[in-house]
Amino acid sequence: MHWLIDPLQHPHIQRALAICVLAGFANGYLSAFVVLRKSALQVGSLSHTLLPGIAVGILLFGLSPLSAFAGALVAALLVGLGSLTVARSSRLGQETALAILFTAAFAGGILILDFAPVDVDIEHYLFGNILFATDDDLRTVFWVSAIALVTLTALRRPVILMLFEPAAAQSLGVPVRLLNYVLLGLLILVLVSSLQAVGCLLALGLLVTPAATVYLLTDRTEALFWGGGLIGAGGAVTALFLSHHFDIGAGAAIILTLAGLFFLAWMASPRYGLLRRRAMLVTAGGAPPLRD
Amino acid sequence: MTRDLDPYQPCAAASCGHPQRHELAISGLTVSYGSLTALEEVSLTTHCGRCVALVGPNGAGKSTLMKAMAGLLRPTRGMIAWRGQPLARATAEIAYLAQRSEVDWQFPLTVRGLVEMGRYPQVGWWRRFSARDDAAVDQALETMRLSDLAGRQIGALSGGQQQRAFVARALAQEAHVLLLDEPFGGLDRPSQELLTELLGMLALSGRLIIAAHHDLDSVPEIFDEVLLVNRRRIAFGPVDEVFTPDNLAACFGTPAQPAPLPPPDRDRPAGVRPSAS
Repeated sequence: MHWLIDPLQHPHIQRALAICVLAGFANGYLSAFVVLRKSALQVGSLSHTLLPGIAVGILLFGLSPLSAFAGALVAALLVGLGSLTVARSSRLGQETALAILFTAAFAGGILILDFAPVDVDIEHYLFGNILFATDDDLRTVFWVSAIALVTLTALRRPVILMLFEPAAAQSLGVPVRLLNYVLLGLLILVLVSSLQAVGCLLALGLLVTPAATVYLLTDRTEALFWGGGLIGAGGAVTALFLSHHFDIGAGAAIILTLAGLFFLAWMASPRYGLLRRRAMLVTAGGAPPLRD
Repeated sequence: MTRDLDPYQPCAAASCGHPQRHELAISGLTVSYGSLTALEEVSLTTHCGRCVALVGPNGAGKSTLMKAMAGLLRPTRGMIAWRGQPLARATAEIAYLAQRSEVDWQFPLTVRGLVEMGRYPQVGWWRRFSARDDAAVDQALETMRLSDLAGRQIGALSGGQQQRAFVARALAQEAHVLLLDEPFGGLDRPSQELLTELLGMLALSGRLIIAAHHDLDSVPEIFDEVLLVNRRRIAFGPVDEVFTPDNLAACFGTPAQPAPLPPPDRDRPAGVRPSAS
């Protein structure tokens, strides 16, 4: 048991562990929304937008979790709403506008960090620095996770209804547009909170892979949410121990662990796995339909 | 058991010509998308217990009319009244069933999960399902003959079963009015007959069924009233009075005045053509 207990003696590992559980669960829980909405790439753009936001926050208010957080939030909102504006006022689609704006913002962020008054290690923001997390970071992650989980749990029925059938949801009185804004806000909050663990380049993995894994295992909508949360938290904690023992980067380890779990489900899911489909093709001459 | 269709809100007024039956009245309904008028001055009055077909060529405004009745879009002019009250906003009394092609059938959702969605307006956003809610879901599944399939993922159903699953959701919702967009599209003959029978029973038990319908041949056997529509109301009334060759020609033939060209991005054929199978 030494390998399990020894790392827990260090306060910075304890903090990292708590962040893994909180951010892992919150991200995994929200990943159900991202997967069902099929908006993985949009979320990827948003996560890249966090870097310039953090850079501006640090430049204006100095290096602190709060300034980084506020900057990231503002940048994500600006790019998200800006892409809507560009799409509506030109003949381009929103995805195109988003791609232009987020790469521009990302590039700007890299330049701004060069001018930052303090010595900022850009890698921390790109790939995470969970072992350097402070108590303030932990507090931020706790509150963000709590807000996200409580809100999404309270709203899960209208959200599921809206994801499945926006028209029917609207005809039953669900305020679809407002709900979309609320969820976008939650997504940005949770993205920012996961920066500490995995950084903005890898944040997308934590916000997609858990529910995508469950998607291959179940037909129950609600299982996607809590199952995604469990996989997110479990994967992140496992990866933290792995990274400690093998002395590898925690952020990369978290994403690779989650990807490994997904790969397992993709191969061996009893319902929708590759092996199962093979077996069905051989025996019954039919497999459940693939998404076209 | 099949007679005991409606344990929740029996509408005794439905089929017996009672003067207090529930009325859906549309008056002077006009819907425009920008400069394009999709519906113009459409009026009709019907009541619960009926099975009404909306028939017309592609782009005639059938879907627009359905969406207006479902509260999904705001009419430019005119009014829709249900039970004497203006249908100002969405209500759980009305269930809207989209075309099957618009549904994501890969969604991780079981038949039972789909039908449970119908209870959300009653249960609210937070509360747990009560025994009565579970009973309503069971009853809806049984009425639509889906009890054995309750645990199936919705994509693993046949077309007819999928359609019935959505009707079951409307039943669990205790909807009084069912708006169905092309419910018979793509169904094989046995599925079509079963759905016809079940919709007929629902109308008998006091619901108002309104369906956009493509297949002209089957209108008389499924519906009792028909609205022939081509941007305007061509005719409305009982099928045996209104569903005549003359009216059909007026509905599907060349319009008296040329329709304005639809914008290029809209999914409408340029010419109007009859869509009889």
